[in-house]
Amino acid sequence: MKRSFGKRLLASTVAASALALMLGMTSVRAEDTIDPNAKQGGAITITYKDDVATLDPAIGYDWQNWSMIKSLFDGLMDYEPGTTNLKPDLAESYEISPDGKTFTFKLRHGVKFHNGREMTADDVKYSLDRVTNPKTQSPGAGFFGSIKGYDDVAAGKAETLSGVTVVDPYTVKFELTRPDATFLHVMAINFSHVVPKEEVEKYGADFGKHPVGTGAFKLAEWTLGQRIVFERNPDYWHKGLPHLDKITFEIGQEPIVALLRLQKGEIDVPGDGIPPAKFQEVMADPEQKARVVEGGQLHTGYVTMNTTMAPFDNVKVRQAVNMALNKARIIQIINGRAVPANQPLPPSMPGYDKDYKGYPYDVAKAKALLAEAGHPDGFDTQLFVMNTDPNPRIAQAIQQDLAAIGIKASIQSLAQANVIAAGGDKAGAPMIWSGGMAWIADFPDPSNFYGPILGCAGAVPGGWNWSWYCNKDLDAKAAEADSVVDPAKAVERDKMWSAIYDKVMEDAPWAPVFNEQRFTMKSARMGGADNLYVDPVHIPINYDNVYVKDVQ
Amino acid sequence: MIAYLGRRLIQSLLILLGVSLITFALLYLLPADPVRQIAGRSATPQTVENIRQQLGLDQPFIVQYWHYLTKLVSGDLGRSYIQRSEVTELIVSRLPASLLLMAGAILCELLIGLTMGLIAAVKRGTATDQTLMVASFVGVSAPQFVVGLLLLYVFAVRLSWFPIGGYGTWRHLVLPSLTMGILGAGWYARMMRSSMIDVLRQDYVRTARAKGLARRAILFRHALPNAILPVIAMIGIDIGIFMGGIVVVESVFGWPGIGQLAWQAIQRVDIPIIMGVTLVSAFAIVLGNLLADIIAPFIDPRIKLR
Repeated sequence: MKRSFGKRLLASTVAASALALMLGMTSVRAEDTIDPNAKQGGAITITYKDDVATLDPAIGYDWQNWSMIKSLFDGLMDYEPGTTNLKPDLAESYEISPDGKTFTFKLRHGVKFHNGREMTADDVKYSLDRVTNPKTQSPGAGFFGSIKGYDDVAAGKAETLSGVTVVDPYTVKFELTRPDATFLHVMAINFSHVVPKEEVEKYGADFGKHPVGTGAFKLAEWTLGQRIVFERNPDYWHKGLPHLDKITFEIGQEPIVALLRLQKGEIDVPGDGIPPAKFQEVMADPEQKARVVEGGQLHTGYVTMNTTMAPFDNVKVRQAVNMALNKARIIQIINGRAVPANQPLPPSMPGYDKDYKGYPYDVAKAKALLAEAGHPDGFDTQLFVMNTDPNPRIAQAIQQDLAAIGIKASIQSLAQANVIAAGGDKAGAPMIWSGGMAWIADFPDPSNFYGPILGCAGAVPGGWNWSWYCNKDLDAKAAEADSVVDPAKAVERDKMWSAIYDKVMEDAPWAPVFNEQRFTMKSARMGGADNLYVDPVHIPINYDNVYVKDVQ
Repeated sequence: MIAYLGRRLIQSLLILLGVSLITFALLYLLPADPVRQIAGRSATPQTVENIRQQLGLDQPFIVQYWHYLTKLVSGDLGRSYIQRSEVTELIVSRLPASLLLMAGAILCELLIGLTMGLIAAVKRGTATDQTLMVASFVGVSAPQFVVGLLLLYVFAVRLSWFPIGGYGTWRHLVLPSLTMGILGAGWYARMMRSSMIDVLRQDYVRTARAKGLARRAILFRHALPNAILPVIAMIGIDIGIFMGGIVVVESVFGWPGIGQLAWQAIQRVDIPIIMGVTLVSAFAIVLGNLLADIIAPFIDPRIKLR
């Protein structure tokens, strides 16, 4: 999250959810197939605009470092490259108890940290104790809330999670306070990646600058603010990976400069993507277009309406806004880099309701609804927006659409942190365009779009539920859905979530606008399947599995 | 002299204290909550409160400011909220790049500015003079962001004379120095012109001319050294303008200095870094002004320090 949390995501395409994988309730790792065409060796260069804050898996949560951390560290679970299909990673297999409250993982033998020591179950437990300890100040601590003993650790009353038990050096058992259908995803998220205690203690708060993990690459060089160099970990437990010998990340390069350098063949992937101003130019050139890979992402851009503020406390007004927006025209502003949205969940997310039609674009009907609500001549309001392109231009399009039904919205264009602050203040912002801060799932599960942004838990000062929408009945239904761990009921659980979001749309606290697509550009020498370049988990690309064609 | 220096040092310290107080207060009043930024969207209210307590952000303003000051005295600028590293380390690692850029920029602005000013003064009232003065006006007014991108496009992308952004060799240094230097060059051209015109009117120049000295000798041996000194003395004051410029120029060229650090920190509300860079810049400006004032009497004996 952080500055670029709007861009980061953990999930995308592919309908197979965790639950599909859990069908047998126990799973044994199938070895990854390695691309037979892949060549070994070579070096690539990636650029980023912003500094890499930290490479500590307990802390890093931004666009640049998310997938760097994935290449330095490993978790118990991971996803098959280029997909959202869960698979065991540092775990060899796992077992879920029938009540869905106990997860037991068997670890693979002989996995070594970069310092040469073997990784064991004690390290798994230590890593989770560390990430949940308030002293670590991890932005991801909240993901582990279902583990028994979490509350005591979070409150500073205990140093260790009582729900995590080391059974033997290669077995670790998790007890949960409630059945949690999302737990395997949580074991794949960076925050649960395994770190060696001795190195963390050696570097203390600077561990993030001296990362030591079990991953495919090790840190070779870090010149603050300039570059980071990864080199191949020759002892990586996953034989045959990674393909590249070296990756150089050059930091502090504007996206437009990165694109020029790519065109001159100086770099291989511009990490921040194609700058919007250059998008059409690139796509109009067949040679360049051939090197662009397009993919979906679990993102929704939406307008929130503060349900506690008049006139948005009237559901008819909120429905009218939903009908007033010309989504196709708004998408043109971002050069068609999105698809129109009619519900909170993006299309590739399990639980997306294909049959739901949403609110039609109907100005006459919107006006009629406003009149019914007692505002035949409209009203004055404010639309908050983050001040980086293209968001102010999108806000202007929304402003025009609203004006067509008589709503005069003045645009408040502010820095991201200030918009977030206004949204978290109950009397702060009547309407917010979420662009640049929009919700992108942390993992591919429908629950991820509810709790903090539509549930009562998020409708608190400083929270992320900017509509201040709180429906206790739906909260109960959400809890019920998340307790369905039984894989046989996976489809039923998705349906429960669909129903929850349909009900949300009836109350219309949001006007969903579009779901963004992702575009990655690469140099001609880069090889590997297309889905590695729009990998839903490894952003922007899957460093472990890509290769270059001009070696050997 | 000593008394003057002592007084100026105390003044400088007071200025720095004022800057720290005002910046700290402005950042404190910012509606954005740094703890929320650190904690992220998945954090429970309890996690948020824990972090707030550990950072001491639940304390009243005066207490927070006092803590900051006491640490500052021992040279500790705190730890970045987002990067979680020592601010001192971050600034120190980026300072050489900014100083190098500053040196390059000073060289550029002096070379360009003094040459332009000299020619304009000699050709006073001619079309050359007017053209140069319009050019200097454009140089002063042009936004550095635009100048930087233009230079980048023409000399790096089209002509490939220089690398497209980055850091490392002298070739990387040329375009950003030029971008920064063009602004100062405009000022220096104007100052140099009036200073030179002033000197050329002096009696000793007339005497030299009457003696029948060559025009070139008069200009470079007699007039130039006298005209250039008051202009050079302005370099100290320039540092203030540089500090503003590096934020933009370093971002355009991907130059890893403290300007880029500040820009990223501002976007992320990373308060300790913003404070740190502001204080370091204020220190540089105060120091620059102090040096300019101390050097002045050596250059022009009419000025006395009191």
